[in-house]
Amino acid sequence: MNSTESIEPTAQSHRIDAARIGALARDFGPLIALILLAILGWVLNPSFGSWTNITNVLTRSAITGIISVGATFVIVSGEIDLSVGAMVALIASLMIIIVNQVAESTGNLMLAVAAGLAAGLIIGLFTGLINGILVTKGKIDSFIVTLGTMGIFRSLVIFVANGGTLTLNSDVREAFRPIYYDAWLSVPIPVWVLALVAVSGAIVLAKTRFGRYCRAVGSNADVAFYSAIRVDRIRLVAFVVQGFCVALATILYVPRLGSASSGTAVGGELEAITAVVVGGTALRGGYGRVWGSIAGALILTLIGNILDLTSIISVYLNGAVQGLIILGAALLQRGSRKR
Amino acid sequence: MWPLSDEFPATSASFSGDVTVLAAAHLCKDFGPVRVLDDINLEFLPGEIHAVVGENGAGKSTLVKILAGVLEPTSGTVLFRGAPVPAGNLRGMENLGVRFIHQELNLAEDLTVQENLFLGQELRRGLFLDETAMRAKGREVLAQVGSNVRLDLRVSRLRISEKQMVEIAKAISLQATAIIFDEPTAVLTPGEAERLFRLIESFAAAGVAIIYISHRLEEVKRLAHRITVLRDGRQIATRRAGEISPDEIVRLMVGRSLHDLFPPKKIRPDQPVHLEVRHLTIPGYASDCSFSVRKGEIVGFAGLVGAGRTELFEGLVGLRKVTAGEILKDGHLVKVTDYASAIQQLTAVYLPEDRKGKGLIVSFDARTNFSLLGLQKFGNWFVDERDESREFQAAVKQFQIKIPNRSMPVNRLSGGNQQKVVLAKISAVSPGIIILDEPTRGIDVGTKAQIYHWIADLAELGHTCVVISSELMEIIGLCHRIIVMRSSRIVANLEGESITEDEIMLYATGVKTATPFLPS
Repeated sequence: MNSTESIEPTAQSHRIDAARIGALARDFGPLIALILLAILGWVLNPSFGSWTNITNVLTRSAITGIISVGATFVIVSGEIDLSVGAMVALIASLMIIIVNQVAESTGNLMLAVAAGLAAGLIIGLFTGLINGILVTKGKIDSFIVTLGTMGIFRSLVIFVANGGTLTLNSDVREAFRPIYYDAWLSVPIPVWVLALVAVSGAIVLAKTRFGRYCRAVGSNADVAFYSAIRVDRIRLVAFVVQGFCVALATILYVPRLGSASSGTAVGGELEAITAVVVGGTALRGGYGRVWGSIAGALILTLIGNILDLTSIISVYLNGAVQGLIILGAALLQRGSRKR
Repeated sequence: MWPLSDEFPATSASFSGDVTVLAAAHLCKDFGPVRVLDDINLEFLPGEIHAVVGENGAGKSTLVKILAGVLEPTSGTVLFRGAPVPAGNLRGMENLGVRFIHQELNLAEDLTVQENLFLGQELRRGLFLDETAMRAKGREVLAQVGSNVRLDLRVSRLRISEKQMVEIAKAISLQATAIIFDEPTAVLTPGEAERLFRLIESFAAAGVAIIYISHRLEEVKRLAHRITVLRDGRQIATRRAGEISPDEIVRLMVGRSLHDLFPPKKIRPDQPVHLEVRHLTIPGYASDCSFSVRKGEIVGFAGLVGAGRTELFEGLVGLRKVTAGEILKDGHLVKVTDYASAIQQLTAVYLPEDRKGKGLIVSFDARTNFSLLGLQKFGNWFVDERDESREFQAAVKQFQIKIPNRSMPVNRLSGGNQQKVVLAKISAVSPGIIILDEPTRGIDVGTKAQIYHWIADLAELGHTCVVISSELMEIIGLCHRIIVMRSSRIVANLEGESITEDEIMLYATGVKTATPFLPS
């Protein structure tokens, strides 16, 4: 952990303590911030600590949290995906159309839901693949690629919705509802999904060959290339992972609101990137952690939740407080950079 | 005579006398509890080339950084023309005309040559930049260093030797009284180095004090008037160049002699051909290159920078697009599509010349770097970290890598230890064909000797070795056979006891052409 340890032994123990605290703050900063926020929320309003509120916060974090797990892979491998918000809207629109169609033509609601889930996953993987192919085969900067696909996805939503709003038929919506609103062992389904995605994402990034390669490619693509790593394939898979995560998040999103329009998930990409960066992942790539992104997503939700429950700061300043958190996280990270 | 010399009235006046330009008095420097410089006393005279030699970690770089005002000494003083100067004042030293040519060049890659030459000291006319004046002055200083690069070219498009000339031109575009060169030839071919030497000599002739840091004894011998040897931060000796032999310098530096540097040379093994390359072509870099290497043989590839040696072998292992040619291993055709397939099918690995840009992820620890090439063997999906650690420990032992702290990023290791990590990395995939591109660049003598012995041992064990190097002494000392490349082509195949540096250079520069080629 603390690399200054063995170089400068004994003589400067007080300085090492300071360095150790600094390193600790960097390593566990998001967790510490999360705990402090939770304590603050609890002090300001004891109902904050209720089981209902806790599960509420977790459930509301699920969508951003799941997307941010995918974003962690993309960012760690040195890329960025700005299209995820528009991707949510596109997947949601197409899912609603397909589910309604299947329900109307077959009358089988379960089949409609199943078709919707399958379609959502396929579209998610496919859109991620498109981003990945444009970045790797097209050799275009991912910022530009996803800026372009963001516009395309968003515009397609307006097109398929005829400029209006797509809504799930009420009977299918009833069949779909449980995915977001039901609970298992008194923990809501979205929280289970979030936990599952987070744990598997963390394991993949930290323990597998793919995770190691993501970090290598993001740190120095040249070295990765000269280490016989198929750099393009790693990047491509990272974008597909992102697409898969977005699809999972959208599957939770559709039953929640039951509708989709051009305004769906606007700014979703910034929220996901914010969660990743607040979580301590380096925006320039090469270093990252999934648990940090989850903590980041929770921090963002908590801020809104605390502002809702208390009246010290206007709810309208939610964005400003989030902005301050981002800047604080960036200041903390700054110390860990060499150049 | 150097044209700028009339701009140095003070220097020219002192040229006849023996006033020191720069001096170090009782310089000491501590990094934490470690003393890296201990009581250094040196004088740098106008017109004198003073070489400072020593192994990596001997304190050379620290010393010149203090002299240039980049670092502050813990105690002791730096004197300019006999008067103490404030410590650690880079700007102040620059104003006194003390220039520092960095080992790693300090140029803004995306700016043009002209913009770099005048960076921070742009000529202006009113509010606007005076492009005309800068162009004229820029041409003038480039002409002084004998460079004809275009001023409007972006630096990123220059060759490394051209970049260095720009850096030197930048240094002298202001009046220089002392110029510090920190291993300037580490990236140059012999021809380019010779041009640089002549330039340095012309600076000295014009009365500039030259401080020359180097690992390379031949060039120190060639260039220096006085030589100072540092070891472990102490000043071991300061002598006139004529009073000390290369052998003695090495002994003072490391406590071993030149004969121990290279392993005893064996005769070329009488084994079957292991690697055969036929008509390999890499557009723009290598055309119609054919050669073969026997099992257990060490073949050296010599040539100027840009001759296509690096690219030829990058093509061979699938790191570059090959448009024509065949590769045979033990007489069987092998299809190489990318580096991974070259490792698998050909069992060939390639050590890149650019250690920090291509060999190592400098922010990763040594273990992660070590296993990056052969990660697959620690599991197809999950990485078995226990296994990985065990192999890493074995490699640390085998290559005698010194790692103070296991989680320390490799950019905090010395150059020699970094190189050992890369060598361990490529060895981890148990290669049969080992291609080493400039394996000892920027490395201390002690580590060099270790690497030479390691290569010789590999060959002894039946591995096929290719060494690409611009250090002729190294290639001659180590290899059974030397292939020379010039302008994308193989032009000579030299063998036997009598190969000389001169002979190689004659082929490399095109003075002598085509020997009867002996394939194997």
